Amino acid sequence: MTGKSRFALALAIAWGFVLLALAGTALLVGVDLDAAERDQAVAILRDRAAHVVVAALLLLAPLYLVLRVLFRRYVSAPRRLAEDARVMLTANPAHRAALSGSDETRRLAAAFNAFAAAHAKLTEDVEARVREANARIEAERNRLAALMSELAQSVVVCNSDGRILLYNARAMQLLRKPIAGDATAAKAHALIGLGRSIFAVFDRNLIIHALENIRDRMAREAHGPVASFVTTAPAGQLVRVQIAPVLGTDADAAQGAPEGSTGFVMLLDNITRRIETGSRRDSLLQTLTQGTRASLASVRAAVETIASFPDMDNAARGRFIGIIGEEATKMSAGLDRAASEFADSLRTEWPLEDIRGADLITAARRRIEGRLGLPTKVEDVAESVWMKVDSYSLMQGITYIVSRLKEEFGIREVRFGLGVEGQLAHLDLIWTGAPLGTETTMAWQTDSLELGGEASPLTLKQIMERHNAEIWYQIHKPSQREYFRIAMPLTRPEESSASAVTTAESRPEFYDFDLFHQPGQTPEQDSRPLATLSYTVFDTETTGLQPSAGDEIVSVGAVRIVNGRLLEHEVFEQLVDPKRAMTPEAGRITGIDAAMLENQPTIDRVLPAFKQFCEDTVLVAHNAAFDMRFLRLKEPSTGVRFTQPVLDTLLLSAVIHPDLESHSLEAIAERMGVSPIGRHTALGDAIMTGEVFLRMIPLLAEQGIRTLGEARAASQATYFARIEY
Amino acid sequence: MGKKILIVDDEPNIVVSLEFLMRQKGYEVKVATNGEDALQAVGEFAPDLILLDVMMPRLSGYDVCQKVRENPSWAGIRIIMLSAKGRDVEVNKGLAVGADAYVTKPFATKDLIEQVAQMLGA
Repeated sequence: MTGKSRFALALAIAWGFVLLALAGTALLVGVDLDAAERDQAVAILRDRAAHVVVAALLLLAPLYLVLRVLFRRYVSAPRRLAEDARVMLTANPAHRAALSGSDETRRLAAAFNAFAAAHAKLTEDVEARVREANARIEAERNRLAALMSELAQSVVVCNSDGRILLYNARAMQLLRKPIAGDATAAKAHALIGLGRSIFAVFDRNLIIHALENIRDRMAREAHGPVASFVTTAPAGQLVRVQIAPVLGTDADAAQGAPEGSTGFVMLLDNITRRIETGSRRDSLLQTLTQGTRASLASVRAAVETIASFPDMDNAARGRFIGIIGEEATKMSAGLDRAASEFADSLRTEWPLEDIRGADLITAARRRIEGRLGLPTKVEDVAESVWMKVDSYSLMQGITYIVSRLKEEFGIREVRFGLGVEGQLAHLDLIWTGAPLGTETTMAWQTDSLELGGEASPLTLKQIMERHNAEIWYQIHKPSQREYFRIAMPLTRPEESSASAVTTAESRPEFYDFDLFHQPGQTPEQDSRPLATLSYTVFDTETTGLQPSAGDEIVSVGAVRIVNGRLLEHEVFEQLVDPKRAMTPEAGRITGIDAAMLENQPTIDRVLPAFKQFCEDTVLVAHNAAFDMRFLRLKEPSTGVRFTQPVLDTLLLSAVIHPDLESHSLEAIAERMGVSPIGRHTALGDAIMTGEVFLRMIPLLAEQGIRTLGEARAASQATYFARIEY
Repeated sequence: MGKKILIVDDEPNIVVSLEFLMRQKGYEVKVATNGEDALQAVGEFAPDLILLDVMMPRLSGYDVCQKVRENPSWAGIRIIMLSAKGRDVEVNKGLAVGADAYVTKPFATKDLIEQVAQMLGA
C-alpha cells in the first residue's frame, strides 16, 4: 500500500472516529435531555443541517494537517529510511540516508549511515586485498610461464585424469607425430594441447605404474617421490620421463582428490642422441680392445717364441716375423679406422655451446674494448662458421693474450680474423709491432691466466684442450705481421637450437589452471553449459561444391577452444592431395593450385590425424552440413568416423537473428565485430568461425539457450536446417 | 750420400728402430731425447733433416720446430714430424709452425724411408 493511500485511509478513519465521537457525544447528551428539549435540539439541528455538514467537512482540514505532520514524522520518514537503506544495500553503497523525521528516526538513520560506511570500508579492504593477491598470482604465473618457456627440458603438467593443464614449447616440439608416410615430414602435428589427454601420447599403463610407484613411496614417506622411466615418443625418439606428483591442499582433498595428489608433472628428456653417442662409444671401445687384444696376442706369441728358440731355422723365424708384421699392420689399420669413424664420440663431454664465429669475435671485441680500452678491428671474417665453445673460458683466454700483448709489448691495436681450412676454423688475433720470441709464446701457454688482478686456475693450454683446439704463434717477417692462431674443429649447428623459437607474446597461451577442477568428460555433455565445453572449430576447402559428385577435400584447418578461449597455438592445418583436379572457381577462391597439392598426403592419412586432434571436443563449423557431408562420405574409405556432437554457426546465427537476411560468415563476422583474417584458407576461416562462435555464446544465453542440448535443439528448429545436402 | 739426420724422440723403443733404419740407408744419424738437446744438436751437428717427435716434456716438438724455423741459417733443414697425436688440429698446427711433413704414428717404415729419401734427394 502506498504512502498516499495509507494516509487517505488514516484520514478517513480518523475523521470517521471523530464524527463517531461527536455523534456519540450528541447521543449521550440527547439521552440526558427530556422529550421537549430533545425535540428542540433536533429542530435546531435540522434547521442548521447544512451547517452541521459543513462543520463536519471542515473538520477534515485540521485533521488533515495534524495527521500530515504525524505521518511525516512517524510514517514517511521511516519509510524513506527503509528506501534509503535498501538503496545503500543494493544499488549505491555510497548513498547516505537523509536525517529527517522524529528523533528516533534520525538516530536510526544515523546508525544506518554508520553501518553503511563501515560496510563500504570493509568492501574496499577486501577488494584491495583481492587485487593484491591477484597481482601476486599474476606475477607468479608470469614467472612460471617464463621458466617453462626457457627450460631446456620439456615439461607437461596434467591433472589426475591425465588431462594436460600446462606445457612448454619444447614439449610441444618433442611430442609431435608426422602424418604417416608423409614425404614432407616437416609437417608434424602436435599431440599435446590444453585439455587433451596425455594418454594419447604415452602408454597409460606406464604412467599409472609410475604413479603407483610414487604413491607407495609417499605412503612409506620415502624421500623424493619421483619416478622415472624410458619410453619411445610417438615420433620414435627415445625419451626419459620423470614424473612427480602435484600435491593438493586440504581443500582439494576435501573435493575428493585421491591420495592428496591433484595431478602430476612430467619432465621429458630426449635422450636419443645421448644414447646413440653412448652406445657408439661403447662399441668403439669394444672394437678397439677386442681387435687389439687379438692382434697383440699373435704378436706376443710370435715374439716370445723367437726369443725362446734362438736356434730356429730362418724359414721358421721368417714366418714368425711375417706374423708380427702382419698383425702390427692390422692393428694400425684398425686404429686409423676407429679414430676416423668415431672421431666425434672420442671428444670430451665438456659442456660446449654452438656459436657463430662472427658472433664470438664481436663479443671478444666488445670485451677487449671495454676492459682493456684497446681499439680493435676486423679483417677477413668468414661467414657461417660455427664452432663449439665454452664461451666464458675462451673469452678469458683471448682477453688474457691481448692484455699481455698490451702490457708487455705495448701494442696499440689488435685485429681479428676468421677463416676456414678443411674441417677447421682458424681464429686469428693479429697485431703489428715488436715480434715476440718463441720462448715468450711458449711460456704464455702454460702460465695461469691473470686478468686485472683476478687469477684463474686455467692455462691457455687447458682452455685449448677443453675446446679440442690448438693455438700457436706465427709471424710474417717482411710485413711484421704477427698473429696467434687458434685452430678449432668446425661444427654444424644443431637443428633444434636454431629453430623452434617462440616469441615472448606466445608465452601466456600455455596454461590454464581452471582445468584442474574440470569434471571428467562424461556422456552428459548435453546438459553442460556451452561456455564450459571444449570445441574444435574447423573448416575444409574442397575441389568443388558437390560432395556427392566426387568433389574432394583439399585442405583442413582447425583450432581449439578451451574454457572460452581460442587457443591460437593449438591448430591443425594440412593440405590434402585430392587425387583429382580443382574446379577453376574453387581454385580462384581458395588460392590453392595443383602444384601446392602435389606432395601432400591423401585424405586417408589426414583424417585419422585430424580425428585425434579433435578428440573429446564438440565440433563447430560454419555451414557444418557441407563439411560433415564430406567427412561422412569418406567414412568407408578411411574408416574414420566423427561421432562427436556438431554445432553450426550458420544455424546459430539464424537462431540469434532470425530476421536478418545474410548469414554468411563475412556478414556474421562483420556484425559481431570480428575482423576477417587470412580469409579463404581453411585455418583462417576456422579461426574466424571460432571467434564468431565465442561471441555467439552470450547472445544465445540471452535467449535462454545455455546448454549444448538446447543449442542443438534450437539449431534444428531453424529454417535453414530444412536444406539437406 | 753423406746426408745427416737428427732423430728427436724421448721414446727409446722407436728410436732404436729409426736409428737402425736410417743408418742402414747410409745416413749419418744423431739422436736427441729432448727439446733442449735437440736444439743444441742442430747447432752442432747441422743435420739436413730432422725426424721430430711432438710429445716431449718441457719443449714440445712444435716449439723445437718453431725455434728452428726462426733461425734463417737453418732454413734449409727439412723437418718431418712424427707423432701419436693425430687430430686435425694437431696436423694443422704442425704444418703451420714449419714442418715439411707430419706423419702420424704408427707408420709404415717403408713409407717413411721413401719420404726421407724424397726430401733429401730433391
